[in-house]
Amino acid sequence: MSVQDLIRQRFFPHLWCPGCGHGIVLNNLLRVIDAEGYDPYSLCMVSGIGCSSRVSGYVNFHTMHTMHGRALACATGIKLTKPHLKVLVPMGDGDAMAIGGNHFIHACRRNIDLTAIVLNNRIYGMTGGQYSPLSGPGVLATTAPYSSIDNMFDTVKLASGAGASFVARTTAFHVREIQSILKKAIAHKGFSVVEILVGCPTYFGRKNKLGGQVELMEHYRDSTVPIGSKKLEENPHLIQRGIFVEEERAEYCAEYARIIERAVKEQ
Amino acid sequence: MSKKERNISFVQGNEACVRGALYAGVKFFAGYPITPSTEIAEQLARELPRIGGSFIQMEDEIASMCAVCGASLAGSKAMTATSGPGFSLKQEAIGYAVMAEIPCVVVNVQRAGPSTGLPTKAAQGDVNQARWGTHGDHSIIAMTASGIQDVFNVTIEAFNFAETYRTPVILLFDEVVGHMREKLVIPPQGELPVVERLKTSVKVGVNYHPYLPREDGRLPMSDYGGEHRFHVTGLYHNIWGFPTENPDESHRLLRHLVDKLENRAHLLARWKEHHLEDAESVLISYGSSARSALHHVEGCRAKGHRHGLLELQTLWPFPKQLVREKTARARHVFVVEMNMGQITSQVKAVVDDPDNVFLINRLDGSLVTPSDIESIIRVVEGRGV
Amino acid sequence: MEAYTINAGWCKGCGICVAFCPKKALGLDGDKAVHDPELCVLCGMCELYCPDLAIRIDKPAKKVKAGKEATA
Repeated sequence: MSVQDLIRQRFFPHLWCPGCGHGIVLNNLLRVIDAEGYDPYSLCMVSGIGCSSRVSGYVNFHTMHTMHGRALACATGIKLTKPHLKVLVPMGDGDAMAIGGNHFIHACRRNIDLTAIVLNNRIYGMTGGQYSPLSGPGVLATTAPYSSIDNMFDTVKLASGAGASFVARTTAFHVREIQSILKKAIAHKGFSVVEILVGCPTYFGRKNKLGGQVELMEHYRDSTVPIGSKKLEENPHLIQRGIFVEEERAEYCAEYARIIERAVKEQ
Repeated sequence: MSKKERNISFVQGNEACVRGALYAGVKFFAGYPITPSTEIAEQLARELPRIGGSFIQMEDEIASMCAVCGASLAGSKAMTATSGPGFSLKQEAIGYAVMAEIPCVVVNVQRAGPSTGLPTKAAQGDVNQARWGTHGDHSIIAMTASGIQDVFNVTIEAFNFAETYRTPVILLFDEVVGHMREKLVIPPQGELPVVERLKTSVKVGVNYHPYLPREDGRLPMSDYGGEHRFHVTGLYHNIWGFPTENPDESHRLLRHLVDKLENRAHLLARWKEHHLEDAESVLISYGSSARSALHHVEGCRAKGHRHGLLELQTLWPFPKQLVREKTARARHVFVVEMNMGQITSQVKAVVDDPDNVFLINRLDGSLVTPSDIESIIRVVEGRGV
Repeated sequence: MEAYTINAGWCKGCGICVAFCPKKALGLDGDKAVHDPELCVLCGMCELYCPDLAIRIDKPAKKVKAGKEATA
């Protein structure tokens, strides 16, 4: 098996723009699947709507391209029906945190064994560059021509607070870290959230004078540090990367299996 | 023989729906609490784990419908239940189920709307929403019933249609039917036909096309976690399930989604008829309104008036042929419903003389009574006020 | 034998591989990446960075220590 065997090659080249961070995440996700030897028949990918959600069309797993924001809700139905499936849910920042925000926090709360990969490019790409709940104040977008005044969610804090048992963050620049984190996230029994900061050179980079794809990669290299880095003392605005939460907690499908056991016995 | 052995019980409509769903093989329910449908969720929360199925109370109505889509694609017969406001929220994912051809059953125990409306009162105002609630051209099956035994039977039929035609089926009950109690006899398993999911016979390693119809028009399914990997999307798609913008493929898909049901309207029609053979006045009704209509008809017959009742159980696709045939010899047609004429307009559209079709309704959350019906029919028939 | 291939049909010429190659073994020819085997040490970083999945290095076993991504 190789990475090429895990994709639907006839749809390549993919539809993403040159230098889009989504491709880098797909690339490294596939390497994890390959290296860990997951049977593609045991994998299900469920996505919503947006640039990032198109990833489900490219992987040769069981795949479901659903509605905007609804991927986690659909995935919950699949997982509860076939608990042995590994269910991966790639989502954009708008998909996961705006229209799908309610599903996101409740999937965290249930601790159902899904792997949510939040591809955060801080913009709605597919619709042409509107601000998202992860854009933050000061960002320029087509719907924030005078700059955004909206505060942003912190995905890591939100997921941790809502009860996810695995929470991590990395960036498209840190490709080996993507692999090491995704490897753990997929193996983790419980709801895992991996936020990956990715560049959207077409809309975010250009509009916000951050440059092209290379400059965005450098931006994520230079504006992030591993959790607890000493550099934070000099610059507390640096974004921390790494695994923030990794705990064993009761998983939803396992708990429901116990309900079934009880219900059958008590009949 | 005890009642339990004969499987006779005295139950609410909502429970009869649960019994019908279990008889039909439901394995998954996702829902959100809402009056007057909540008993369906409560009872399935108890029953489903007993048979190894799954119940989940989701964070909202939208998520419930989405989870149903996921569960069905993973291989389970799946359903949800709601009422008007929840039905509005579910429309997005109902459209997805239409587009992706996902078998599922959506129960709407109707209450008066719009908006929060009259949560504990009956209405039949969601007939058109069941047909056109989700956006875009499409077709849908919607069924209803007026009595507890019929609720049971129609629920089984709904699952059978969902599986046969790979479509969401809407069960449009109403508050009166959902909450009233009557006798229910559950026949032994096997006595009533139950359609199992049509699984693909394509061998492992051979290309499986999830949207390639067989000669009879049916689309055999695989399921997530099964022997075939396949893609499902809400976008226009080809026989592989992959997105397409090709005009021919797009056109063919939409025609297929509509024609597979509209061209089979006669096969999907379910109805009951009372005293129609020689009826001069034909009443058309459905759901709880049909109970009052039947009471009226039987009272009339006792007095020698030739009235008859056509009780519709399939509302969509609208059974045009049936309604034309049954009203062909009628001097007057009366449609009894608890809305402003949603089925009346359908009847008017198919009969030869639409001016002879009269609406008898109530809009105040109360059941249309037999005397409401009598007072209007007397006037139309010229029998005085 | 290592085989280094760039799938020109998939490469969109974003230049990320060029910018982050530690040995400057990659360049752009028009809007396609090109590879200089003389300079390349097969560290494999370009393969991981490529958003287009266009770079493929088939190696029988690891011979060269893998490159390290810069840390901030």
